[in-house]
Amino acid sequence: MWLSSRYPNIELAEAFLDTLCREKGVAEEAEHWIGMALREALANAIRHGNRQDSGKRVLLAFRSDAETLTIEVGDEGAGFAPDDVADPLSPENQMKTSGRGIFYMRTFMDEVSFSRGETGGTLLTLKKNVQTTSRTKGVEAS
Amino acid sequence: MSKTVTTRDAGDIKVIELHGKITIGSGDLQMREGIHAALSAGAKKIIIDMKDVTTIDSSGVGELVGCYTTATHRGAKLKLMSLPPKISDVLTVTQLITVFDVYSDEKEAVASFS
Repeated sequence: MWLSSRYPNIELAEAFLDTLCREKGVAEEAEHWIGMALREALANAIRHGNRQDSGKRVLLAFRSDAETLTIEVGDEGAGFAPDDVADPLSPENQMKTSGRGIFYMRTFMDEVSFSRGETGGTLLTLKKNVQTTSRTKGVEAS
Repeated sequence: MSKTVTTRDAGDIKVIELHGKITIGSGDLQMREGIHAALSAGAKKIIIDMKDVTTIDSSGVGELVGCYTTATHRGAKLKLMSLPPKISDVLTVTQLITVFDVYSDEKEAVASFS
């Protein structure tokens, strides 16, 4: 599906995810962290990718099989280099007001990858093993 | 629709209660406005009550960090109380839990100012 670059659409996407997780029987705890990763992905696409240009769209796709939930979020921006994002755990970055979104996605999901989307922007792929998810995943990653 | 931020006094302490989602484009800005309003009114002791927060994202965390820095620069103390486990986890993984003074309840948070 395609969404316009507006923050309220994050709520719609999360509601869709909630329904999908319930149908799939994903534990409520895991659903919360997947939802958080989805929020971060969409916020990045809207804010940094499409720079809140309501004329640009955000791609959102869900796929699931017996073990894995996959979410794709694409934007129509100029693309970016994820390796250039500063480590939010470094002392010099700890009190910065931004720069934690990708870290949260990597913490709460099992796989996070970036590629060039068909429309030229960034295509972000998030994967979660929904059979082995647990709340401690995030804390362990710290 | 209920308010995201409500403010009350506990003696000379300003208690700012957050409700629901503190996320990009909505709750994050309301939280900042509420804390800045307290600082502008001269508050030097602020407790953020987070027991009714259901979700906080990186934008909300960023605003919280910014408000903490602003409060410190203005000679005020900003402390957190009653963090739900999921909110505590979000601050823990980024090691911010060690930056903030965090208390389990209001009694403990208020006593910390004396």
